Amino acid sequence: MGKEDFETTPNDLEQGLEKRKYSVGEILRERGVSRRDFLKFCSAVTAAMALPASFAPRVAEALDEVKRPPLVWMEFQDCAGDTEALLRAANPTVGEIVLDILSVDYHETIMAAAGHQAEAALEKTVNDYKGKYLCVVEGSIPMKDGGIYGCVGGKSHLDRARQVCGNAAATVAVGTCASYGGIAAAVPNPTGAVGVKEAVPGATVINLPGCPVNADNLTATIVHYLVFGKIPALDGHGRPLFAYGKRIHDNCERRPHFDAGQYVEHWGDDGHRRGFCLYKVGCKGPATFHNCPTQRYNEKTSWPVGAGHPCAGCSEPAFWDTMGPMYKRLPNVPGFGIEHTADKIGIGVAAGAAAAFAVHGVLNAVRKDKEPSDETREG
Amino acid sequence: MPNQPKFKRYVWELPVRWCHWTNVMSIVVLCVTGFFIGTPFSFGKSASDFTMGWIRFFHFTAAYLFTVSVISRIIWSFIGNRYSGWREFFPLATLKGREKMLRMLRYYLLLDRKVPETIGHNPLATSAYVCLFFLYSLMILTGFALYAQHAPGSPMYRVLGFMYALFSNQGMRLAHHFSMWLIVGFVINHIYSAWLMDIKERGGEISSMFSGYKFTVKKED
Repeated sequence: MGKEDFETTPNDLEQGLEKRKYSVGEILRERGVSRRDFLKFCSAVTAAMALPASFAPRVAEALDEVKRPPLVWMEFQDCAGDTEALLRAANPTVGEIVLDILSVDYHETIMAAAGHQAEAALEKTVNDYKGKYLCVVEGSIPMKDGGIYGCVGGKSHLDRARQVCGNAAATVAVGTCASYGGIAAAVPNPTGAVGVKEAVPGATVINLPGCPVNADNLTATIVHYLVFGKIPALDGHGRPLFAYGKRIHDNCERRPHFDAGQYVEHWGDDGHRRGFCLYKVGCKGPATFHNCPTQRYNEKTSWPVGAGHPCAGCSEPAFWDTMGPMYKRLPNVPGFGIEHTADKIGIGVAAGAAAAFAVHGVLNAVRKDKEPSDETREG
Repeated sequence: MPNQPKFKRYVWELPVRWCHWTNVMSIVVLCVTGFFIGTPFSFGKSASDFTMGWIRFFHFTAAYLFTVSVISRIIWSFIGNRYSGWREFFPLATLKGREKMLRMLRYYLLLDRKVPETIGHNPLATSAYVCLFFLYSLMILTGFALYAQHAPGSPMYRVLGFMYALFSNQGMRLAHHFSMWLIVGFVINHIYSAWLMDIKERGGEISSMFSGYKFTVKKED
């Protein structure tokens, strides 16, 4: 169990850092979170981590003892949508608990400090807890022209990412922008936007793509780190398998309609009102790995497909460039202008071939050819 | 010389014919079911129907059949007779092959009235088949890579891992879908050419794919 000991140097005696001596369990009791709520949270997060229910007591035990690690939240080229998603997490105080169990030393959107004071706090965390603090990144990092397209405190996003993510125990890239560059990285990508792992290849990065990130997955990732002392198992795109190990299509509540052959043909038609499959109106669930159908958003209220809108494929790399058009099954064929689908071109190919051979056949029918004979024989 | 005697010659061995007709049947099933999977109609009457489920089942079953057939044909090109051998597929590599190909091309372009006799494969056709086998491989690889996504981490998913690096998920679908149309284009060409040469050569071109025998001017050695 990763019991990181953060009660170290003597210059840590400022009030914020003092609290780190207490365990997560103590802090929660201090804040008036009942034991029952705490155990409920542990069960929920155990399920989110795709662990068997028997792990819940062990998660509770470990969280009781683990010391709160410092955390910094960096915003680069972003819309703060992931911050919103986390702050709006209304679940069994889950989102709250995450914020409370962590010592958030720096978060541009919600911190009270400003200017040099804020930058000093960041500097202090990075220096004093080198290799021990957690970093959450929101937004892509512009690389073009030396990274001049984004600056905070006189330093480019790229320099800040190298310094802060490079020295963190682990960096959680929340949202598609921080993971793969997201919308900012869409063609023509004017700022040369990339995800954290590409900007700082040496950093330990966990990608939690999605637009926005599902706050429950962020909670589960951080709890996993606190409980096991290591990052969760990742897939080929750096995403935790517990949240991105299955396709949306394979866990979708509308899947029986897909297998049955019941599809929404037009918006608002009978099938749409009856909750049929959104495959024909461009759902990218068959191409997208995420736990949206099971975890859902906003206190597990709903998710796009649940609300009657096809999946946009937001948690896949290069989604803006590869998942469009949003309401069509297949991408348009590049180089043929707008609205040229594979089928239109394919029918053209087949009809062209048929026409050419029909003409050839007619010409051959009227010709008198010489049948193979001794002169033309083979061999 | 319409009354010239001809000799029968065993050209297509049984595995060649089997692979050919297995390919035909599986390609027909794959195209029809695949097109439906891409653009389904709302067939289902109730949520407990399994229309799309069965259509996908036939698509995947035909896909396995097709894959086995394609691999078998490639293996046979190393053990079968000279008409089915892999050398036939690269006529451009030899002088004789290039000459044969030029004669064939001149005939097809209506520049020459002498029908060239081809005992085994026509050199233009084998060149097209090389492209076709490339398309087959693309279809098999993209198809199984898409299929394997239902079980990430499975052996099939791992083996085809390189495909996910080469294609985006939707790009893979587009390639799989568009290649179907190229194969349809090939089939039109193929049926027409077989029909044309059957008439012009009078060597039993079409029936040879059932019987294995062609009728040639030259007696079998």
